[in-house]
Amino acid sequence: MIIEAIQEFFREVAVNNPTWNFIFFYEATQWNKVVGGLWMTIQLSVVCVLFSLVIGVVGAGLQGARSAVLRAVVAGYIQFFRNTPPFVQLLFFYFALGQFTPTYSPDGWLEIPIISNVGWAIISLSFFAGAFNVEIFRAGVEAVPKSTQEAAESLGYTRLQIYGHIVFPLALRVSIPALNNNLVNLVKTTTQAFVIAVPELLYQSVTIWNDYPSAQYPMMTFLFFAYLALVGVVVVGMNNWERAMRIPGYGG
Amino acid sequence: MRKAISLLSATAMTLTATSAFAEQCTNEVWNKVMSRDKLVVGVKADYKPWGFRDESGNLVGMEIDMAQSVADAMGVELETVAVQSSNRMQFLEQGKIDLMIATMSDRPDRREIVGIVGPNYYTSGTNILAPKALKFADWEQLRDRPVCGKQGAFYNKIVEERYGAKVVAFGGNAEAKQALRDKKCIAFVYDDSSIVADLSSGNWEAFEMPLKTEDDNPWALAVPKAEQNCVFGNFMSGMQYNWHRDGTLIELEKKWGIQPTAYLQSQKERFADWIK
Repeated sequence: MIIEAIQEFFREVAVNNPTWNFIFFYEATQWNKVVGGLWMTIQLSVVCVLFSLVIGVVGAGLQGARSAVLRAVVAGYIQFFRNTPPFVQLLFFYFALGQFTPTYSPDGWLEIPIISNVGWAIISLSFFAGAFNVEIFRAGVEAVPKSTQEAAESLGYTRLQIYGHIVFPLALRVSIPALNNNLVNLVKTTTQAFVIAVPELLYQSVTIWNDYPSAQYPMMTFLFFAYLALVGVVVVGMNNWERAMRIPGYGG
Repeated sequence: MRKAISLLSATAMTLTATSAFAEQCTNEVWNKVMSRDKLVVGVKADYKPWGFRDESGNLVGMEIDMAQSVADAMGVELETVAVQSSNRMQFLEQGKIDLMIATMSDRPDRREIVGIVGPNYYTSGTNILAPKALKFADWEQLRDRPVCGKQGAFYNKIVEERYGAKVVAFGGNAEAKQALRDKKCIAFVYDDSSIVADLSSGNWEAFEMPLKTEDDNPWALAVPKAEQNCVFGNFMSGMQYNWHRDGTLIELEKKWGIQPTAYLQSQKERFADWIK
């Protein structure tokens, strides 16, 4: 009932205003595109956030490793991913590296890469944000007083135990504000997967406004508010987390 | 909610009022072009040979020649701006360009947004660039298979709905064609005229344009919507009429090595002067 009223309302708006056709509110196909795009964006964001956090934690840990080779690998990784634009990375991975990944062929001609465009988007965006996360966690690790580590050492903790039980929990709390910024950026950067035709929210919106020029402004407006909401969820979540992790007397 | 709806309706009514007001000719863009002595035309940069970049990076092509001819007739300088299929109408709407000549198909819904004036200067249909090895003979063979396309082409939707192809649309031609070369899709759905140009470039030896062209659709240039029935729109109608009548378009087609179209020939005859 309410749904029908909304559909009717937007149908009318479209009739009266040729450039304000909110077509996805009353046409099932376009609605499904929007929902599909939103879902893909959410999936990309969640998966990339998780991977980038893992990369950040492991990377920051390895930066303190004894092996010079391991430290060099992490440094190289950071230089490579932090210093290239994600847009260029996506193109490079999907088109250039995509040539060398194994493929399978359903019909004898096609060579479908095992890593799809969505796969490359996840890899590229996770590694991109992960490189920043390593640096963010490193800053946090460095903020943990040397004396705290020495105290743990004197209690017989191993290096791994010190990182896991002492340094990282403290470093994490220092890192959250910077992490917050980076993850917000990551969610916004998912739009760049558009360049390798990942059907996320921007891709679907552009498709709709190409098929229906009258839906251009509505789609752009919708995109604007959709990302505002998506990023809003991340920010609220991170703020709550920050509050929950607070140790009285430590940090701000 | 009700308040929001009434607010929206009020906005809607204001919008309607503005569009009704626009019926009067202010000739704003036309006057702007004349007073600053410069015409800014939106053209393609990735659609050889209609609009592309030459070795030194300049925009050249059949449509750039047409734009030059317009600027010459107006007695002003020409500035070209590269636009893409997915943003060309916005460029015009936002006043970033004064005129758009960018391989755009003339569609009813596009006429609502920009000022399209006849007679249409060109036409093309939909076909696919596909590997010879796959021996396509029928559009139906595309069903449920990945087909590369380009964002902004109106027939992506048609090919999806009519033949059930899974269109993977890239932002630019180059990416879509690369994906086809990389065998990520079985074909590239595009304008037949552009495919012919690609095939004759010699870079697509193992490929062909195997299907029957569908949805032949005239192309349109566009002026801002508000100027469609004013000086600018009428002037562009005159330009196109004369291009057809004096064979300019046929000459340009030849100059840029485009396969001659029956459309231009028929239009030349249609608009032929009765006094020889």
